[in-house]
Amino acid sequence: MEAIILQVLNGLDKGSAYALIALGLTLIFGTLGVVNFAHGALFMIGAFCAVTLSRLLTLSYSVVDETRTDFLGNPLKVDVPYIQDLVGEATAGVIIDWSVPIAILVTIPIMMLIGVLMERGLIRHFYKRPHADQILVTFGLAIVLQEIIKYFYGANPIPTPAPAAFAGSFDFGAMIGFDPNVIIYPYWRLVYFLFACLILGGVFAFLQFTTFGMVVRAGMADRETVGVLGINIDRRFTIMFGLAAAVAGLAGVMYAPINSPNYHMGMDFLVLSFVVVVVGGMGSLVGAVLAGFMLGILESFASMRDVLYYLPGINQVILYLVAIIVLLTRPRGLMGRAGVMED
Amino acid sequence: MLGLEKADARLLIFVAILTMLAPFLLNPFPVNSALAQFNAGYPDLMQRFVIFGIFAIGFNILFGLTGYLSFGHAAFLGAGSYAAIWMMKLLTMNIIPAIALSIVVAGLFSLAVGYISLRRSGIYFSILTLAFAQMSYALAYSVLTPITGGETGLQPKTSDPRVLDSALAPGEVARANLFGFDMSSTEIMRVAGWEFTFNVGYYVAAIMMLLAFYVSIRIFRSPFGLMLQAVKSNQNRLGYTGVSTRPYTLAAFVISGMYAGLAGGLMVAMDTQAGAERMFWTASGEVVLMTILGGAGTLLGPVLGAGLIKYMENIVSKINKFILEGWFSWMPDSLGDFFVTVIYPFVGKGWHLTLGLLFMLVVIFLPGGLMEGTRRIGSAFSSRRKADQAGPDAANAQPAE
Repeated sequence: MEAIILQVLNGLDKGSAYALIALGLTLIFGTLGVVNFAHGALFMIGAFCAVTLSRLLTLSYSVVDETRTDFLGNPLKVDVPYIQDLVGEATAGVIIDWSVPIAILVTIPIMMLIGVLMERGLIRHFYKRPHADQILVTFGLAIVLQEIIKYFYGANPIPTPAPAAFAGSFDFGAMIGFDPNVIIYPYWRLVYFLFACLILGGVFAFLQFTTFGMVVRAGMADRETVGVLGINIDRRFTIMFGLAAAVAGLAGVMYAPINSPNYHMGMDFLVLSFVVVVVGGMGSLVGAVLAGFMLGILESFASMRDVLYYLPGINQVILYLVAIIVLLTRPRGLMGRAGVMED
Repeated sequence: MLGLEKADARLLIFVAILTMLAPFLLNPFPVNSALAQFNAGYPDLMQRFVIFGIFAIGFNILFGLTGYLSFGHAAFLGAGSYAAIWMMKLLTMNIIPAIALSIVVAGLFSLAVGYISLRRSGIYFSILTLAFAQMSYALAYSVLTPITGGETGLQPKTSDPRVLDSALAPGEVARANLFGFDMSSTEIMRVAGWEFTFNVGYYVAAIMMLLAFYVSIRIFRSPFGLMLQAVKSNQNRLGYTGVSTRPYTLAAFVISGMYAGLAGGLMVAMDTQAGAERMFWTASGEVVLMTILGGAGTLLGPVLGAGLIKYMENIVSKINKFILEGWFSWMPDSLGDFFVTVIYPFVGKGWHLTLGLLFMLVVIFLPGGLMEGTRRIGSAFSSRRKADQAGPDAANAQPAE
């Protein structure tokens, strides 16, 4: 029982990332009918927003501290972040420590902007082109974005720590009545899961309970009719693209402390997120989210030592296997709508 | 000739001349000149031109004719590589059995993958093939290590049985050969300042490519090829007329898988090793790119695309800051520095950035690839000439009326 709970918990954080990326992908499929291979790159850019912000915050000049000496007996040089001059030492420390959560505020507008620019500047011209062209151009874009990041940040992963308050782990088992030290879970992963739930809830609420969301849903069901009613559906879809980009970016920002960002993390996630979308059902938002969590948890179960003993290597292929089985038995995915991407 | 129409025969002869004279054509600059870095006539690169040419020709039979975009073709190339290296380890260093087995294995593998993937079309097909390729890659890296060598890959070792060959003397290196002709043996011809390299492996691979090219022409012109083109233009309508398209698409898939296997086998024949990284999805992406860049659905396009990309990969990634500064040294310093700074991100390690940009530009502006580009330029010229000829006539005709 403990082992099962532990694996479920372990699967949640990866599942959350899958769910968030897959949600964005599905939003773009559903509204614009475009297959966005650059979505993983957006996730990666989000993570690098966190890196950039923490670098900007720690940007510092060095002063010589006469009162202390280094190991050679010379006066010690101390790096003082510029931000310390602005807000004082204590506040500056807190701000630098909390740079990842603060990056969320910065990421939302940046990613919205990138998303809107991408849609207006590039994807818009590809609505009438075949799906193969859409895949190819976004694939090219993904390479370009990835290489730009690589040029500026190098090829090595950049550790981006979570705030000290969330560093370390806690004993989840003891909290719910199991023996202590059986189910240990890092704080930040829990934070990530809750954050993902918040975002997912926010997006669904936005689509379900606002007029804007209602129009978008109507547009997803029948774009032409909504257009005929005199609503500028294209503009709303553009905004939805921005929203999807922001969701991917947020998933990336918060993922930075879990896995140090590197330039190809987006592609690693993208391939799996496609699998998630296909399993969930192309065009179904709920399906994408459920499949994201489900596959995340499944993957973590497959990495258990007992499972690997009987089926070596299963953790590497489980998601692809599931995708293949689902596509062959339920071609529309678990919750797919009829008529989406079936030409 | 050989059952080809005149235009196709001319195309085949053209390609044959190009490949046979490649050592001359690719080394147009004297060895000691500043432009020698643009020479591409060394064996390793020439071999890669033709091998990736085969890979792209095969991919084009699937993607260019049927429109099914496979994102997992590198898996077949990898499978072919593994098959070839095993044949070399177990049987003989002669490349014939190795290449034969690599084609067979890749064919069987693609039959299995195609049988499942082709149940779906469009984006689903792309994702299914991608999933299969990634799965093979992951397996080759982890569980299948006894067969694939995992991270270290496979190389011929002195402990290999090699049933047909005699055991190696200590210190002797096993070399891939064709009835005694060593694949890596090279003749260098020096003429004045020029140097031309003739490599056995290259010519073996080039002849294979010509064969592959010939077969692909025959497929394009056959009723089977027409059927594949019909699948691309309207699969539903084919279904309504009572034609089951599955056997045709599956056959195309298997054929292109066998081409990939041949390419993989040749890779091993040229450089006796195989590794899992050949199956990674970026390798699949690369062949898509070659086909698109040259022109999907055209005969010559994929060969050109493969050559161009491999050429650029080699040449562009060799350029470093020092060379760049050399180019712009004739300019005023500040202007030269400016150009160096602007161009530097795109060369050397930044080659992938150039590749990505090139890819996007081609897809956006020239979906038909280089072949369509040349056709457009050609037709622009010929229509202007026609307009010129028609101009005076029209002017003369009017007053008479």
